[in-house]
Amino acid sequence: MDKPAASKVINMERIREIVMECGGHKWALIPVIQKIQNEFGYIPPEAIHVIAIGLKIFPSQVQGVISFYAQFYTKPRGRQVITVCRGTACHVRGGESLLEMLENGLGIKEGETTADMEYSLETVACIGVCALAPNVVIGKEVYGKMDTQKIEQLLKKGEA
Amino acid sequence: MQNRSTIFVCQGTGCLSSKSGLVYEELKAEVAKLGLSNVDVDFTGCHGFCEKGGIVVVEPEGIFYTHVKVEDVPEIAGSHLKDGKPVERLFYHDPATGKAVSYYRDINFYKKQRRVILYNCGHINPEKIDHYIAAGGYRALNKVLLEMAPQQVIDEIKKSGLRGRGGAGFPTGRKWEFGRNTYSDKKYVVCNADEGDPGAFMDRSVLEADPHAAIEGLIIAGYAIGANDGYFYIRAEYPLAVKRLYIAIEQARERGLLGKNILGSGFDFEIHMKEGAGAFVCGEETALIASIQSQRGMPRPRPPYPAQSGLFGKPTTINNVKTLASVPRIIDRGADWFAGIGSEKSKGTTVLALSGKILNSGLVEVPMGTSLSTIIFDIGGGIPDGKRLKAVQTGGPSGGCIPARFPDTPVDYETLTLLGSIMGSGGMVVMDETTCMVEVARYFLSFTQAESCGKCVPCRLGTKQMLEILTRITKGKGKENDIATLYEIARTVKECSLCGLGQTCPNPVLSTLSYFRDEYEAHIKKKKCPANQCRPLRRKV
Ligand SMILES: Cc1cc2nc3c(=O)[nH]c(=O)nc-3n(C[C@H](O)[C@H](O)[C@H](O)COP(=O)(O)O)c2cc1C
Ligand code: FES
Repeated sequence: MDKPAASKVINMERIREIVMECGGHKWALIPVIQKIQNEFGYIPPEAIHVIAIGLKIFPSQVQGVISFYAQFYTKPRGRQVITVCRGTACHVRGGESLLEMLENGLGIKEGETTADMEYSLETVACIGVCALAPNVVIGKEVYGKMDTQKIEQLLKKGEA
Repeated sequence: MQNRSTIFVCQGTGCLSSKSGLVYEELKAEVAKLGLSNVDVDFTGCHGFCEKGGIVVVEPEGIFYTHVKVEDVPEIAGSHLKDGKPVERLFYHDPATGKAVSYYRDINFYKKQRRVILYNCGHINPEKIDHYIAAGGYRALNKVLLEMAPQQVIDEIKKSGLRGRGGAGFPTGRKWEFGRNTYSDKKYVVCNADEGDPGAFMDRSVLEADPHAAIEGLIIAGYAIGANDGYFYIRAEYPLAVKRLYIAIEQARERGLLGKNILGSGFDFEIHMKEGAGAFVCGEETALIASIQSQRGMPRPRPPYPAQSGLFGKPTTINNVKTLASVPRIIDRGADWFAGIGSEKSKGTTVLALSGKILNSGLVEVPMGTSLSTIIFDIGGGIPDGKRLKAVQTGGPSGGCIPARFPDTPVDYETLTLLGSIMGSGGMVVMDETTCMVEVARYFLSFTQAESCGKCVPCRLGTKQMLEILTRITKGKGKENDIATLYEIARTVKECSLCGLGQTCPNPVLSTLSYFRDEYEAHIKKKKCPANQCRPLRRKV
């Protein structure tokens, strides 16, 4: 499992270690956040203070950077992350209706996670596989040339 | 089969999603099982024809297989590799004639292209530096470091007429000269691999298929400008490109092409990697610099330009992936060769990401100045399902639409700007009669509105206002004076925004308004969507 379950106690010691591994300089803030997210699946809010102290900056600066970038999450995400591409090519070939279907099928909106922590539904601005549009990414795998039937099958199979 | 042959399986992001990873593993197993000692199984990066994936090519003949699935492997291995009988059913089939085309070089999609930047893409293994070197790689670096003074390098690039491929088309030689002539103890060069335009994927393909070309270009830029440190700023949405870049940098370092005293020239150069975190505006150079410094990626007013005060307050020169990948080719083949390709003011080639309502989606590289109709019909194969071409959108959210009535438009910086669009990153989305132009404008505005960093007021509020009006129109709730209001806001946002994002985001609105005003009016006055796309206005069919 590369994403730990939600309720796990956060190992603050490890977070301190990561901050130090990255050199403890304010210019390392984004790499620190990326590393924490890679290991924990999200940025636990209690980590913000630790990062700020380690890098000698204000917690608000850490918070500011986290909230600025679309790929930083402050909440745990589902075991399976389903991402619908919203780039131009995917949009022109019907990406929007795929998103709607998934929202209805999973009973969550874009940016949300199912109550059982199984699925998160997200969007991305383009994954660079425009020639196979419309695309849906599940975990690390790209599913190209999607259509409503294929989505239906995925939903029936219990997703991926 | 007497001679040695190599069977290359594409392992680009596109083909991998068509399960070409399995094809590669299975081929290796099958070739071993049949004991074919004269066949090597290897992989390449993107051929640019992802739609036909998984793509498998047998060299040196150049037999090109499309849509290869793992089930097809035994037949390819048995019939072609063992018995010398290629598998015809997997050839590319020309959509116009229905005929099977066996050779790479005979496929229309490739035949009319001119590959300078994508020269190696699909022909070498991107994870093996020896392949790049065998194809002439690092020859330019050798020449630059051992035979040329920095000013000579700059003069050569100036002479070639190379202009930035990141969007604005600024002459690269002049940019480097500014960089060189700024005095400082420390300078930086940065490769911009943020590729934020949704619908463009050429930088991803270059980095996945030929990462050393960009690396070599960056080292040469560093030498010309006098910088000993280079950065790659790459978007995190491209995990495979990130991985291949790391591998390539490591290999270059092992060969002494990075580090201290490169090739005994006395020149030191290091490359650092920075991954983005999902913000379109970080492609803008001052925002990119802020992001490398781990700050919120917000643009700042210029001057000072990054060439004077950039990364960590030091002079910084930023170039796009394709700009840098062109550099080794120019040095190697000469400025005159490069300047001989393209149109009068736009030299060399341009890489376009052809997508949308088109038969052959993919990456296309053509000389600057090639006509739209050549690109769409000869290379792209035309519009599927017998529909008619309506417009072509170029330049992504900063660009505009070119209506089908200008089929002879030469694709270069000047002409596209003249028509109210831009070259931009090279995204080219084809639209047919079922695409609603108001909806297209709404789509782009929804993108720029979400990506506006919010620092300057015209962009923050203007995009929001325009989006509201456009959404209203597509819902059939447009008001009589909406068009006039759109014009007014668009003009204000264009003139008053801080950075390129705001200055160019009205383009999709302005260009659709000028070419497809009747569609806006039909939505507003008749409550009809002529393309029958906007759902609340849809006719029953
Ligand atoms: C909002 C915005 C986004 C941009 N995104 C990119 C990008 O993704 N890639 C890129 O190379 N240039 C991008 N640019 C252009 C860069 O600011 C810069 O001009 C370019 O990297 C310079 O390289 P070049 O001279 O080689 O074209 C963007 C500009 C703006 C205003
Ligand atoms: S637009 Fe969806 S992958 Fe590019």
